[in-house]
Amino acid sequence: MKALVAVKRVVDYNVKVRVKADHTGVETANVKMSMNPFDEISVEEALRLREAGTVEEVIAVSLGVQQCQETIRTALAMGADRGVLVQTDVELQPLAVAKLLKAVIEKEGPEIVIIGKQAIDDDCNQTGQMLAALLGWPQATFASKLTISGGDAEVTREVDGGLETIAYKLPLIVTTDLRLNEPRYASLPNIMKAKKKPIVTMTPEELGVDVTPRLVTLKVEEPAKRQGGVKVGSVAELVDKLKLEARVI
Amino acid sequence: MAVLVVAEHDAGVLKPATLNAAAAGGEIAKAAGSEVHVLVAGKGCGPVAAEAAKIAGIAKVLVADDAAYDHGLAENLAPLLVKLAAGYTHLLAPATTAGKNLMPRVAALLDVMQISDISAVVSADTFVRPIYAGNALATVQSKDAIKVITVRGTAFPPVEAGGANAPVEPVESTGDSGLSHFVKAELSKSERPELTSARVIISGGRGMQSGDNFHLLESVADKLGAAVGASRAAVDAGFVPNDYQVGQTGKIVAPELYIAVGISGAIQHLAGMKDSKVIVAINKDEEAPIFQIADYGLVGDLFKVIPELDEELAKRQQ
Repeated sequence: MKALVAVKRVVDYNVKVRVKADHTGVETANVKMSMNPFDEISVEEALRLREAGTVEEVIAVSLGVQQCQETIRTALAMGADRGVLVQTDVELQPLAVAKLLKAVIEKEGPEIVIIGKQAIDDDCNQTGQMLAALLGWPQATFASKLTISGGDAEVTREVDGGLETIAYKLPLIVTTDLRLNEPRYASLPNIMKAKKKPIVTMTPEELGVDVTPRLVTLKVEEPAKRQGGVKVGSVAELVDKLKLEARVI
Repeated sequence: MAVLVVAEHDAGVLKPATLNAAAAGGEIAKAAGSEVHVLVAGKGCGPVAAEAAKIAGIAKVLVADDAAYDHGLAENLAPLLVKLAAGYTHLLAPATTAGKNLMPRVAALLDVMQISDISAVVSADTFVRPIYAGNALATVQSKDAIKVITVRGTAFPPVEAGGANAPVEPVESTGDSGLSHFVKAELSKSERPELTSARVIISGGRGMQSGDNFHLLESVADKLGAAVGASRAAVDAGFVPNDYQVGQTGKIVAPELYIAVGISGAIQHLAGMKDSKVIVAINKDEEAPIFQIADYGLVGDLFKVIPELDEELAKRQQ
């Protein structure tokens, strides 16, 4: 079977983002961009399925501006076989991304699709669930362990109270949580090899998908800054402050 | 037309996050001039429905009692929400793992964009939500006919759990999708309060050095009636399970008192706890960023400070 992974280009997790002066968004010009960390976990999981012989081919898809090619190249350097870029300059919201991915999936026919549970820019946590809904597939969200045998998958999920294991019918959407695996680094020879791997580019129009945003961002502001307080010299002083000044214990 | 809040419950008990979501629902209903209903879906969930009927400000409780709704499988619950959606302007759920799993599936089936993790209601169609790990707040307006929303619990003080007596109305099941089935759950057992509703939290980071050392925090936690949490670094290092994790991709908390022990204060961690009322930081590195947001900072070796704190609390409790 084929596996498809979606990879998003986001502001690198180490960058301290700044709100634009005109409050239209955050500053992304001249800022380091990287693959969304949860998507690295998705790529890794797909590669492990291929190495285990469960999957024959891993396709990496990214959606957005032309520079998303770089994110696909990163996935190819990790070991994905080929890439698909759905290129547009329109701001893509999760519902539009899910519709575009559905269109790509209908062309490619993967039986397992692995997506990060959340992108660290918009923090939406929606795309995998929406895609599953549109395809009528089950959704194994927040996965920390994935086992595929025959036409079924068993997935351990990270839930608020601990762990939960659910059995699903294939085809399946999996969204990845942190402890699913530790993504590999791309080696230099593999980075070179990745340059020769094919990437097909298409557009939302070619896929027949309306990507008009449904949510309008009216403004983006910085949250109120929390002021640092005082340093205390001893444990006794700390307990005094908490009891008498803050009155929280 | 009204606002529908999906209740979260487990083992016959209504979860507190439902009360925060009901509070957000109340604000929206006030802005829209409508009322709030609660949906309780599950297997044998009559007692939970009776509990939900007492929630202050609730006009009606819908109860869908069917084995297909046991364990909250999104594949089975989403069609129920979609069927009920015709009578509602807004569908809300707490932004817990259950709500985050279910609501986007509902939104996509209704062909609407979900508004995730709202932290304020501006009007019936405009909401504030944190982005970039809470480093920016976006005010967004939805152009969709039905608004599907998850609610950040810490941003909405809970409504009263008692006092009302709303009518309970059964709704028909939409059945089993056959796409998924529950196998097992391994839930963390703890006598301590839940992280998301605890009044006091003590969290450990990479500085704890091992999972065994967390017993130091547990001893303090028991004296304060606190929950124990952790940073992602401590979870990644395998010290404690993932459900301890406070931060951007873990739990969002806002207790009265948050004690960060051996946590440097990466923005991803701060995203999960910076709305706490009082923050205490204990760290041996006086340059650690956590001190910039802490109300009270104590520079020192946690392996000396925590036992001392434990003793001091014990002494004063006598």
